[in-house]
Amino acid sequence: MAAPLDTVAHASTDPDRQQPWAELGLKPDEYANIRELLGRRPTSSELAMYSVMWSEHCSYKSSKVHLRQFGEKVTDEMRERLMVGMGENAGVVDIGQGYAVTFKVESHNHPSYVEPYQGAATGVGGIVRDILSMGARPVAVMDPLRFGPLEADDTHRVLPGIVAGVGGYGNCLGLPNIGGEAVFDPSYAGNPLVNALCVGVMRHEELHLAKASGVGNAVILYGARTGGDGIGGVSVLASETFEASTGSTASGPAKRPSVQVGDPFMEKLLIECTLEVFAEGLVAGIQDLGGAGLSCATSELASAGDGGMRVWLDRVPLRDSTLSPEEILMSESQERMMAVVEPDKVERFLEICRKWEVDATVIGEVTEVTEEERAAGGRLVVEWHGEVVVDVPPRTVAHDGPVYQRPFARPAWQDELQADVAEKLPRPSAGELRDTLLRMVASPNLCDRSWITDQYDRYVLGNTVLAQPEDAGMVRVDEETGLGVALATDCNGRFAKLDPYAGAQLALAEAYRNVAVTGARPIAVSDCLNFGSPEDPDVMWQFAEAVRGLADGCQVLGIPVTGGNVSLYNQTGETAILPTPVVAVLGVVDDVRRRTPVGWTEGQELFLLGTTSEELSGSEWAHVVHGHLGGLPPQVDLAAERALGDLMVEAGAAGLVSAAHDVSDGGLAQTLVEGSLRRGVGVQVSIEGDPFVGLFAESAGRAVVAVAPENREAFLEAAGRHGVPVTPLGTTGGSALQVAGVLDVPLEELREAWTGTLPAALA
Amino acid sequence: MARVVVSVMPKPEILDPQGKAVHGALPRLGFTGITDVRQGKRFELEVEGELTEQRLAEIHDLAERLLSNPVIEDYTVTVEPGVVA
Amino acid sequence: MKIGVVTFPGSLDDVDAQRAVRLAGGEPVALWHGDHDLRGVDAVVLPGGFSYGDYLRCGAIARFAPIMTSVVEAAGGGLPVLGICNGFQILCESHLLPGALIRNDHRKFVCVDQRLRIESNRTAWTSAYDEGQEVTIVLKNGEGGFVADQETLDRLEGEGRVVARYLDRNPNGSMRDIAGIANERGNVVGLMPHPEHAVEELCGVGTDGLGFFTSALKALTSA
Repeated sequence: MAAPLDTVAHASTDPDRQQPWAELGLKPDEYANIRELLGRRPTSSELAMYSVMWSEHCSYKSSKVHLRQFGEKVTDEMRERLMVGMGENAGVVDIGQGYAVTFKVESHNHPSYVEPYQGAATGVGGIVRDILSMGARPVAVMDPLRFGPLEADDTHRVLPGIVAGVGGYGNCLGLPNIGGEAVFDPSYAGNPLVNALCVGVMRHEELHLAKASGVGNAVILYGARTGGDGIGGVSVLASETFEASTGSTASGPAKRPSVQVGDPFMEKLLIECTLEVFAEGLVAGIQDLGGAGLSCATSELASAGDGGMRVWLDRVPLRDSTLSPEEILMSESQERMMAVVEPDKVERFLEICRKWEVDATVIGEVTEVTEEERAAGGRLVVEWHGEVVVDVPPRTVAHDGPVYQRPFARPAWQDELQADVAEKLPRPSAGELRDTLLRMVASPNLCDRSWITDQYDRYVLGNTVLAQPEDAGMVRVDEETGLGVALATDCNGRFAKLDPYAGAQLALAEAYRNVAVTGARPIAVSDCLNFGSPEDPDVMWQFAEAVRGLADGCQVLGIPVTGGNVSLYNQTGETAILPTPVVAVLGVVDDVRRRTPVGWTEGQELFLLGTTSEELSGSEWAHVVHGHLGGLPPQVDLAAERALGDLMVEAGAAGLVSAAHDVSDGGLAQTLVEGSLRRGVGVQVSIEGDPFVGLFAESAGRAVVAVAPENREAFLEAAGRHGVPVTPLGTTGGSALQVAGVLDVPLEELREAWTGTLPAALA
Repeated sequence: MARVVVSVMPKPEILDPQGKAVHGALPRLGFTGITDVRQGKRFELEVEGELTEQRLAEIHDLAERLLSNPVIEDYTVTVEPGVVA
Repeated sequence: MKIGVVTFPGSLDDVDAQRAVRLAGGEPVALWHGDHDLRGVDAVVLPGGFSYGDYLRCGAIARFAPIMTSVVEAAGGGLPVLGICNGFQILCESHLLPGALIRNDHRKFVCVDQRLRIESNRTAWTSAYDEGQEVTIVLKNGEGGFVADQETLDRLEGEGRVVARYLDRNPNGSMRDIAGIANERGNVVGLMPHPEHAVEELCGVGTDGLGFFTSALKALTSA
């Protein structure tokens, strides 16, 4: 039996009612804080709102104190292109010619473990709506994924589902998938990471913000109907007793599912419909509905605007008529948006929604607040069939949540881990290098990703200039001028485990480099910080160090973090995942026709840029051959990264390099293999010094470039001017990868090894 | 109110990749003795008012034109017992 | 010459098809599923995508769109119609073309650069090619397996109505490696691969797909 309606009037007459705040994840002091803020006990609807908005996921209560650095460590150079910084749905940067770009990477880890297909699908859907709500047309997606060991049974359960979900949603939405990552490591067994990135483009004047301003303006909910998706935890409020919601007793209401189901077709209509209402200037404010659904949208819109909003909750179109007000406020049903619209534009707004067959309903209005109410955080009133079930200052829901100074300390095991260096491990003899190379290219983290990426549409919209397996994805923004953007996401979690500060900077450096080698100038950063439990001081230290490293690194590179996402509690039992600060770097390229691809053609000269040191700790070689993780990650030199980036952007624009490929996981050997296989053109190179170190060390700040003989002098001059060390490697051509005096492998043999792994494992 | 169920199945001669995949999974799960699996669709139509002959004929038409593709699928129409009020 | 491109709810490659028409030298005209009006176009492209989410069967609901009544009628009068991917599925559902398209035999969505052989240049959409010409065009579909009964397949082969065939490998389990077919008159063509993603060197795979659009324009000019 459902509980009787709990109203604000009721809360006053029945002040001492026991409330299930602990079951909703609130701490005793948080519940006390809510009572103090309201001067009474919350109604069950209010309790639902506070509990979800003050959760780690929505409030960033453990990470906030650290994330502030992204706003504080900012130089004028970093502000130059920034139109909207952190705090909105997604940051916005100016890319010139009157265009702006918004992009963001977000996690959907836990839902993807529970239900791989739908978890991954709705992850894509959520980030796309974030981008859309800034006023931008989404133009591409990317998906950095991490799984347990390739051979593990559970990987065979989650990987195909997650890949099919990313593809199923993105393909049906008509957004090209232009890159991402797929990384295998035992720490992700039982806790796969599904991060999703979306990038959108708009004209400067099309920027929209999430705020409800203008007293009398209508609040319109449009898109899918509201159902019982993702409200499992809140069922406790909808039942008479706590027990009834947790057990499957016949008398209690059915426990609501915690998994959301996506409808990409509805999302496609939502995109087209939203872009049309934007184009006609019908929108005063807009917000997508994601985590925390209406609780989040109403409280955030109201507190960012004039502060007042009244919502008639019974007008919300339902898919399931038995939903209670608490559940409606919490529902995470997908494919919904909320717009604030001036009264005289409501009719046209609804008309456009009808054209796209999208349900739209006026469910509220922006209301006036007194000075006193404004000072207290505004006033959000929610009615249910004429009775007031919520009457709160929205700022207290959306922004005044708890902030924790979680204890953190350098783990006791960190010194021991760093002392156990990989440089001491037994190395292959000269005669064994050929076998080592073949084993490495076939290993799960280095092998061909086509089994995954061939399930994604990379061509739709017709603007994809570069996609997997290029270093970065690149899309054309303007067909006339050739203006475009490039994006790469990277993170080596093993490096981050060895030293989270350096590891985060290495992730930043790699993404920066991957964008720069295509010829695009890096201009902005988004991040998805995946870590274990913040209640573990070891993990919290990893998090704090990674954020500090990233913020410091961005300052040196001169590019701002414009937004991102934190995902905590990624662990299986007591074991946390590798600290995984995934970094996405966005670059701008003035003319995509000048982009530099990975694959080289015949008759080019090959050069290695940067400096190689004997750095094997945390390397793919140590992981594959020895199952070893210890020592210190490669040295970080961000000034050198910046110089390399400047060179690549200049050389790309001047047409001096015909191909370029960054050197990272798997070292120079992997770079040579991938560059050769891309177009089936081999190389003849010689390596100075120890060939094993030369081929498999993972020193940062390096790239291989192919230069036509006639551009040699000009390129070397430019490299000298930027202070980038250049080592001649050899030439391109033939159908084998030849390292003088070390190995000679036909490309066909390499291709067989490289392409065989995933299809064999996932068949 | 009445409930009419339309079942749509791939024609026997048409390859059914989904059914084949389910069938392939059975031995791995230890189920033996099942010689074939075909996967189809089931539509439940809630019909207003009395279920007349004419209504049923309309439903056959609907099943043929929209719910199934006669090139690759067969359909059957059954009235759900006990639901007719 | 005006070539109309229909947008259904869930169409995705409509803008791409319009671009391809433009690059081929034609004038693209956007057509809306809910209208009956073909706006005086000289040919129609039904683009790729997931019309109505493809939730029932691919193309099954789009077939009943008002614009399709006009398209079917005009096709009967000889109007060149090209259905690409979802458009091909719609043409089969509309019975403008025989057979049907079912889930890929490997049950995964597939996006690859696919080699094809043009088997017939006696259609409104392939006259710019040589018979036997090998081309590379983007293929991306989840339900692209072409099926028909043996008699229909024999008839299609016998009448030279197999327009294109997959080379190297069959990407979706299509019977007899069929990638595209035509109606008897040769004005209606259904094609699973996406020629509109092979019309410029920069984005997509080369320019082998341009011929489909120039063929139609040529047919219209000479008509």
